[in-house]
Amino acid sequence: MNFEPSASQRDIRALAERVCAPFDDSYWLKRDEDGIFPHDFHRAVADAGLLGVAMPESVGGAGLGISEAAVLMRAIAESGAGMAGASSVHMNIFGLQPVVVFGTDEQKTRFLPPLIRGEEKACFAVTEPDAGLNTTEIKTRAERKGDRYVITGQKIWISTAQVADRALILARTTPLDEVVKKTHGLSLFYAKLDRAKVEARAIRKMGRHAVDSNMLFFDGLEVPAEDRVGEEGAGFKMLLHGLNPERILIAAEAVGLGMVALKRATDYAKQRVVFGRPIGQNQGIQHPLARCWMNLEAADLMTLKAAALYDAGKECGAEANTAKFLAAEAAFTACETAIQTHGGMGYSAEFHVERYLRESFIPRIAPISPQMIMNHIAEKVLGLPKSY
Amino acid sequence: MKILVPVKRVVDANIKVRVKADGTGVETQNVKMSMNPFCEIAVEQAIRLKEAGKATEIIAVSCGVAQSQETLRTALAMGADRGILVETDVALEPLAIAKLLKAVVEKEQPGLVILGKQAIDNDCNQTGQMLAALLGWPQGTFISKLEMGDGSAEVTREIDGGLEVIKIKLPAIVTVDLRLNEPRYASLPNIMKAKKKPIETLKPDALGVDVNPRVVTLKVVEPPKRNAGVKVPDVKTLVEKLRNEAKVI
Ligand SMILES: Cc1cc2nc3c(=O)[nH]c(=O)nc-3n(C[C@H](O)[C@H](O)[C@H](O)COP(=O)(O)OP(=O)(O)OC[C@H]3O[C@@H](n4cnc5c(N)ncnc54)[C@H](O)[C@@H]3O)c2cc1C
Ligand SMILES: Cc1cc2nc3c(=O)[nH]c(=O)nc-3n(C[C@H](O)[C@H](O)[C@H](O)COP(=O)(O)OP(=O)(O)OC[C@H]3O[C@@H](n4cnc5c(N)ncnc54)[C@H](O)[C@@H]3O)c2cc1C
Repeated sequence: MNFEPSASQRDIRALAERVCAPFDDSYWLKRDEDGIFPHDFHRAVADAGLLGVAMPESVGGAGLGISEAAVLMRAIAESGAGMAGASSVHMNIFGLQPVVVFGTDEQKTRFLPPLIRGEEKACFAVTEPDAGLNTTEIKTRAERKGDRYVITGQKIWISTAQVADRALILARTTPLDEVVKKTHGLSLFYAKLDRAKVEARAIRKMGRHAVDSNMLFFDGLEVPAEDRVGEEGAGFKMLLHGLNPERILIAAEAVGLGMVALKRATDYAKQRVVFGRPIGQNQGIQHPLARCWMNLEAADLMTLKAAALYDAGKECGAEANTAKFLAAEAAFTACETAIQTHGGMGYSAEFHVERYLRESFIPRIAPISPQMIMNHIAEKVLGLPKSY
Repeated sequence: MKILVPVKRVVDANIKVRVKADGTGVETQNVKMSMNPFCEIAVEQAIRLKEAGKATEIIAVSCGVAQSQETLRTALAMGADRGILVETDVALEPLAIAKLLKAVVEKEQPGLVILGKQAIDNDCNQTGQMLAALLGWPQGTFISKLEMGDGSAEVTREIDGGLEVIKIKLPAIVTVDLRLNEPRYASLPNIMKAKKKPIETLKPDALGVDVNPRVVTLKVVEPPKRNAGVKVPDVKTLVEKLRNEAKVI
């Protein structure tokens, strides 16, 4: 066991800090107020070559693993960019993993380089209003018509669909009543978002205003068969392949968010003097902050453990889910504690921590809820009867 | 033309330096180390010359502990072509470094050596000048502008009270000041490529240089703590305080 960051991890942390530095607190405060997508930030991350961190070298990536991508995502969130900064690049960094693993060489050379160079943006369209966490129940249909598929249906919560050029879409190619197993008959497409056939309606939401999440309506979107990823009907299996890395990266982002909230709270507690001394000299302030650090540090270790297992090609479902759970809860508590530490100022937008708190709900809810993680751990790790 | 760029590993500029408890030096264990910022400017200048077609190869060289490899990797990631590490655990003084660099220069025959004007750890500001003297080469120090000519270079020097423009014959030594350029940082693909660029390791013995220190450090201490300033209501109070408290007038 080795707890030292690797040379690549150190390089990436340093590079990410440099790239993020010009995008300061006032930048992210402004983006949260005006809701404008941080295109310039995305551009800077792409120009530094960081979008390709976990992509193969053959398509212009750095050929590193999820361990390095996790370090990157934590550093981005921790710079003060929070979930807004992380989500603006998140999907582009790991989302096309199914293409990396299951795509043809032709697809890899067509899809991945423009994404890595930041010329195209991708979104990830899985969640549906009537299926929720029960993914096999999705209703969106893709019907084969000659050399193309026609997609009809509805998705919800699809992040960055306003600015994305393409979407990785999960759709049913064989109706549910015609398959042997519910997990069969689903297919993955990496489709151009033809705005004449796809409407993206932004959802008014609690936070992360710079990065949109949308209702998506597919009204006969035509997708050439060469844009289907992997075999027809095997989409669910391919999707599963990307779930653990996504959880690991969300966990890393949550750790970063919690750490920046904790730092702000600690700095404030050192300099704010009430009753003749810094408030940070009171155990009532110190202890919750110390607890936040311990929780975040533990979550970070679990995240890096899950990432190391994944990169070594080992099973990491329990660890990736645990990391996501622990990191999201630790981030939430850190943001809440940061507000309380600031007293009245914590409630002011200009002290940034209220923004972090609003963002901290995202890793708690998405891409999987804490309840479903506990269901999973209870069943798969503890061997209790399946509850869902 | 080859360009040689010496680079030094120092405590990162953003770290608050702490004096070791026994007063023998500053703490470098578990402290973030980076390339000396003036060396970054030197590397940047070399890359710009190469990009402009004025140089064919950039060789970064570092003298010091094995970990100076990391500093060389940074230079390689920025755009240097290969690295040379002169490895030693001895705490090197400017004269020793200048002698080592002289040996490397004789081996590599560069047309230009670009150094930082000083390193932010000991602020010596001696290595470039000593190297020029040992080689008998022209030098342009504290430069804020560099124009390459045919067999010569025109450099703008930052001197007390203004700027001085001089022309020096090549091969030459230049040491760079802060305003010469804004160094780039390496992109991830370039960091990855740098891992495959060659670094040659040499030892001072093999170069025939005695690097033993000539100066003995007696002790290193923290600067005295400065008290916060006070605001005075008027000139009268100011004069009074200067006379009676500060006792300077
Ligand atoms: C900001 C944001 C961005 C998002 N971005 C994307 C995106 O880009 N792409 C995408 O596809 N999706 C995205 N999502 C969707 C996200 O993945 C889902 O919201 C998440 O998977 C939860 O699904 P749901 O909202 O349908 O909740 P539901 O499935 O309706 O669940 C509601 C609640 O019931 C609980 N519950 C359900 N079943 C059980 C059970 N058996 N036992 C115990 N409790 C249970 C859940 O834990 C949860 O608390 C995003 C969501 C948010 C909030
Ligand atoms: C939305 C909003 C509306 C408001 N409206 C009004 C209004 O209309 N009129 C008005 O007068 N005020 C108003 N306030 C101000 C509010 O009453 C103060 O914010 C509150 O009293 C806390 O004071 P503070 O912000 O200065 O916190 P501070 O005194 O700076 O305290 C910061 C933190 O340190 C902790 N702390 C301080 N000392 C100790 C100690 N000895 N031991 C342990 N912990 C300690 C506090 O519990 C707190 O968590 C409002 C505040 C808000 C957020």
